[in-house]
Amino acid sequence: MTLIEIKPEDVVATYHILQKEATEGGYRMNPDAEFTKNLVSGLMKNEQRYGYRACPCRLASGKNELDLDIICPCDYRDPDLNDFGACYCALYVSDEIANGRKAVAPVPERRPPRAERGNLAVKQTFSLSSSPVAALAFPVWRCKVCGYLCARDQPPGICPICKVTKERFERFM
Amino acid sequence: MGIEHVSGKNKGTIMLYALSTCGWCNKTKELLREIGVEFDYVYVDLIEGKEQDDAMNTVERFNPSGSFPTLVINNKKSIVGFKEQEIREVFR
Repeated sequence: MTLIEIKPEDVVATYHILQKEATEGGYRMNPDAEFTKNLVSGLMKNEQRYGYRACPCRLASGKNELDLDIICPCDYRDPDLNDFGACYCALYVSDEIANGRKAVAPVPERRPPRAERGNLAVKQTFSLSSSPVAALAFPVWRCKVCGYLCARDQPPGICPICKVTKERFERFM
Repeated sequence: MGIEHVSGKNKGTIMLYALSTCGWCNKTKELLREIGVEFDYVYVDLIEGKEQDDAMNTVERFNPSGSFPTLVINNKKSIVGFKEQEIREVFR
């Protein structure tokens, strides 16, 4: 595999875009600019080699459908922010850490191990027959990353809150 | 790119499984350099096919979640994640 180099000015540009999007969605980025730019550079390398921004701190398979849960922002970001004040790679942090009142500490891996991932899709399929809602004018879609809900025929192409793509939505009701 | 060697004080067989893009892996590697121990490291994202599979199987043997960084000491003990204090203690 060839080594991919990303130009520093491109990293800075993406860093600013991500920061703007995070703030608009109510999220905070790690205040350690050097550490964070390295992660952004990792995201950009992954985008070049896999075609999507897989988490820089996890091994991507290179197959989009197997890596959907770890495309940044990952499905595990919000629970990790709640429990540890940072996402797994520490790109996103809590207010406390962003304001320098608390230090970032390593976050244990929440993603199921390789051998258990196959069952994930099955487990997550929502059973509509068990829904207490008898008849809805529209189906309700839930963003698996940030929990955003919307009632419409199809999920949006891009989540208006956390900017992930349509594939990250699940039928909620 | 395969296994890279870093020379230093011999404190046993030390192998660091890391990802080239991971901030915590980088911090762990720099800590080992700072402590000055002899170690090997491999960027598992930069190897492919069977080589990568073999590396992942080894990582999972010591760390069932298969996460990075995984530091394997003497083929027995492992430290998962950038645990600065624990790593410093082990190589004191």
